[in-house]
Amino acid sequence: MAEEVKAGCARPTGGPVGEPAPETTEDIQMEKKEAKSMIQVGKKAPDFSAPGYQKGGFINVKLSDYLGKWVLLCFYPGDFTFV
Amino acid sequence: MSIDSMFVHKMWDDHELSKMVEGGVPFPMLSDAGGRVGKVYGVYDEDAGVETRGRFIIDPDGIVQGFEVLTPPVGRSVNETLRQVQAFQFVRASKGTEATPSGWKPGKKTLKPGPGLVGNVWKEWKTQMAFD
Repeated sequence: MAEEVKAGCARPTGGPVGEPAPETTEDIQMEKKEAKSMIQVGKKAPDFSAPGYQKGGFINVKLSDYLGKWVLLCFYPGDFTFV
Repeated sequence: MSIDSMFVHKMWDDHELSKMVEGGVPFPMLSDAGGRVGKVYGVYDEDAGVETRGRFIIDPDGIVQGFEVLTPPVGRSVNETLRQVQAFQFVRASKGTEATPSGWKPGKKTLKPGPGLVGNVWKEWKTQMAFD
């Protein structure tokens, strides 16, 4: 039976159910350690390229294309969220 | 930037954001499927599978000058972000000869760091100025 999901500010997500195999858990923990932040003020912003939408068109944006300009890079939990 | 696809960005802009901002969002709405960019910037929440409210100020040389990261339920202050950008632009234009003390806004007093200012900030800057 499906249960109703209470809408909150975090996006509801699913995942595998049950106990993961021990070796898988280890892998995930290793991955998490590697993924720690490399951002430091006064240091270079990591370059990236990403698809996106702007004013009616689909685009591809590369951060380094904005060299020479001030950039505000904002992340948020998800479209259609409430805050 | 969020983990949503550019198609969902379009739907959000068409159906909701364009009702808040005339003509819709003017800047690029980027898609970060799998949080690959968010991981590098330290804002991807692996457990929730989404990105937290990270905001990075990047200068014309591609250097990160400041950032702020909040958990999802608390929104940001756009005014404070703009104030910080104005301060970084001012300091950059002065080529490091001037600095903006706590509470600074455009038009308000700046400090000129140097030997003469050591131990004398109290003469130039009053505590009240942090709250103006």
